[in-house]
Amino acid sequence: MTALSIQNLKKTYNNGFVALKGVDLDVQRGDFFALLGPNGAGKSTLIGIISSLVNKTSGSVSIFGHDLDKDNVAAKTCIGVVPQEVNFNQFETSMSVVMNQAGYYGIPRKQALQRTEQCLRQMELWDKRDVVSRRLSGGMKRRLMIARAMVHSPRLLILDEPTAGVDIEIRRSMWEMMQDVNKQGTTIILTTHYLEEAESLCRNIAIINNGQIVEKSAMSSLLSRLQTDHFVLDIARPLTQAPLIDGCEIVLSADTVLDVAVPKSHGLNRLFQALSEQHIEVLSLRNKSNRLEQLFLDLVQ
Amino acid sequence: MNYSVAFSTILIKEIRRFTRIWPQTLLPPAITTALYFLIFGKLIGDRIGLVHGVSYMDYIVPGIILMSVISHSYSNVVSSFYSTKFQRHIEELLVAPVPNYVILAGYVCGGIARGVLVGVVVAGISMMFTHTTILHWDIAAAVFVLTATLFALAGFINAVFADSFDDISIIPNFVLTPLSYLGGVFYSVAMLPGIWQKIAQANPILYMINAFRYGMIGVSDVQIELAFAMTGGFILFLTALSLLLLHKGIGIKN
Repeated sequence: MTALSIQNLKKTYNNGFVALKGVDLDVQRGDFFALLGPNGAGKSTLIGIISSLVNKTSGSVSIFGHDLDKDNVAAKTCIGVVPQEVNFNQFETSMSVVMNQAGYYGIPRKQALQRTEQCLRQMELWDKRDVVSRRLSGGMKRRLMIARAMVHSPRLLILDEPTAGVDIEIRRSMWEMMQDVNKQGTTIILTTHYLEEAESLCRNIAIINNGQIVEKSAMSSLLSRLQTDHFVLDIARPLTQAPLIDGCEIVLSADTVLDVAVPKSHGLNRLFQALSEQHIEVLSLRNKSNRLEQLFLDLVQ
Repeated sequence: MNYSVAFSTILIKEIRRFTRIWPQTLLPPAITTALYFLIFGKLIGDRIGLVHGVSYMDYIVPGIILMSVISHSYSNVVSSFYSTKFQRHIEELLVAPVPNYVILAGYVCGGIARGVLVGVVVAGISMMFTHTTILHWDIAAAVFVLTATLFALAGFINAVFADSFDDISIIPNFVLTPLSYLGGVFYSVAMLPGIWQKIAQANPILYMINAFRYGMIGVSDVQIELAFAMTGGFILFLTALSLLLLHKGIGIKN
């Protein structure tokens, strides 16, 4: 079953700006799906329509088989949305923000209290439950929005740039939280400008540009299109200049760290053989995490 | 889906909001109306004598109570719903499966609650100056609640169209306050000269104030049936308009 099915979705704003030019998109149940695109590509409009915050011009959206127009209540019940910007009442406590949202979904008070505690604990905010929400840090506010979005146990969670502007430590902990939520069976759609985030978390990807989907595939098959692999090698002894190896591009990024671009046709054995001949001992190797960046730029430019 | 939970969530949130900021919402009407009763009712009123067979103080009490109900039921909804739009937490309601009529009912009942509470506070203050007995409880209570409903709806529509905080103060300052003062709070329209009586009868607030005055002290310048018909008609019209605006997403959705 598809978690989200969008057909020929179009949106023209009152000022004549065409934000979506006929989007078709399917997201499978249980997926961790990346929706990427440059600023102004139509991501926020698309998410706005799915979340009933923006009126569409034409087309259809269905969520777990429920048409957003004809079966509005069932469709909305399936979704939780974490927006880009803080949109809760900042004069209320964290607890009230989540409890009110549970109330809007018709969850009786006793059950709502249990779910609120569960969600705030999961987002490590339980000890902040009585704190007025405007006093929370930026990272906590984002986690509060995730807790609020999850209080009615949605089957589809839409995260619109959830880690924008948060430090790396909080970002990593939010990644773990998102992965946990996905493992528990919730389908996740993630938009982000951090391409390494999409690469490490998501199984499938769509790229939107100028109001159209320009790429839709599994993350692995998209990455397999790369003709060159980028690796980071930690070496045993410091170097003063990068070694020269035919067919590879090597940059000495620190005295014991090499950034290596290896064409797929070249192969790693030849690389290691050449390094060994130059008496360079490799201690460890890892993928450079921004492989998606070049593909993304190729698709949207 | 149990919409009563969503309704009570909005209503309780609204009541908590205006009770949390009681020095801004409940205290000022108590002070202002105490001054009205002291200056107009007591100091000046004692020199005026009887109006329609009752003391001037007793004559102005119903109008002052209803004027407070009008302004506070209106301002509660207009400021609360506009803030909800301005801070974007209207999105919490729009993403959830809450029907438009539940959103409207929640905010309007919040406005009614504040209008009624302020009305009761003002009525309590009036007891410090006079001991008016209420002649027709049913009529007074019905006008009290219907008036609060009508102006809470009007406040909601104002908030939907408002684009700035200026927009939410224009109607209360330049429309509601003058219409209330000209609606016979402090005088009987029978005192107005010829043509002004006809002009005053175009003011809907005149009908509500007089109907409420009839409920309290049995005196009115207008037909009570006409006052109820007019109030009911406005409520139906404003309810339909509010629901249409919500359905179209005007001022709320892109």
